[in-house]
Amino acid sequence: FSPVGKMFRPVVRLSTSGVRSLTRTRPCYSAPLASRCYSHAKVETDEEFDARWVTYFSKPDIDAWELKKGMNTLIGYDLVPEPKILDSALRACRRLNDLASAIRILEAVKDKSGPHKDIYPYLIQELQPTLIELGISTPEDLGMDIL
Amino acid sequence: MINCPYTPIEIARRHIGQTERAEYNPYLKMLTSRALVRGLKSGFWRPLSSTSSVQAAHGKDMSPDVLDPSVQQYNNRLDTPLSDVPFVRNLNSEQRQLKEKEKGPWTKLTKEEKIALYRLTHELTYPEMRRGSSEWKTVLGGVFIFLGFSGMLVWWQRIFVFGEVPHTLSDEWVEKQTQRMIDMRINPVGGFAYHWDYVKKQWK
Repeated sequence: FSPVGKMFRPVVRLSTSGVRSLTRTRPCYSAPLASRCYSHAKVETDEEFDARWVTYFSKPDIDAWELKKGMNTLIGYDLVPEPKILDSALRACRRLNDLASAIRILEAVKDKSGPHKDIYPYLIQELQPTLIELGISTPEDLGMDIL
Repeated sequence: MINCPYTPIEIARRHIGQTERAEYNPYLKMLTSRALVRGLKSGFWRPLSSTSSVQAAHGKDMSPDVLDPSVQQYNNRLDTPLSDVPFVRNLNSEQRQLKEKEKGPWTKLTKEEKIALYRLTHELTYPEMRRGSSEWKTVLGGVFIFLGFSGMLVWWQRIFVFGEVPHTLSDEWVEKQTQRMIDMRINPVGGFAYHWDYVKKQWK
């Protein structure tokens, strides 16, 4: 388990009931009274989630719509994406010759961190090699982070 | 009545409903007259607050071409970083040249060019989207104006409509009244006379 991944993402629990095994007619496979009956669906780990998204953006012939859809969906989740996902997305922007989207992605994750002001600098620090390689300026460099 | 399609209760209901209609009731007719309704609709604040000039003063975009829902439109949304279409659809030659340059290494682009590329695709940056407006000042001002106006009306009413206060509220009368209440021992347990000290002849 990567502690960094845990830092960014709340644990999603698929709980269906509380501690009321006496009145429940649904079979609880663990006998003790204090057990909880979670659904038996498999919970995706943080690594699996990250890997899935990195793979999504790594598609060599990704098209503009897929990039938009992926990014909008990712921003819709209750988490700030890991640097490796963002790296993959920025490279997708490069393949699509779309600098504006790359800068927009950086703005979006900064906004996504909300009150946690230390997340964005960390992300930029991790992404620095990619940003330099691809020539992406951060919104701060361009003076777009202030009104 | 044998082949009547409606039951007696329905006939009665219809009759009652009819009497409540404007034609039967002259007051209702006045209240629901077209002129009055139009007057209330064109109201006072609503068209004032939603006119283009006031909204534009508060910094909202009122151009009509963004209002067609059947066409993919650009929108500034915090939760949707990449919009369906770029902000600027029709590029002039200069902008097209810039787009061509974008296909090469981005390290070759100047800061101004990068900003220009961003602004072609996006209208507002995130801080610009998050910026608030001064509309609240207008709203609060309007509220106070109306409260003040109502206050004026109440004051005018107090002076010009209400007559004199009854003589039984004059100080002289109230004094005599209070003395009488004390003599009568009004509410001696927990109320009025309880608070009067009969020995010392004063309020406790």
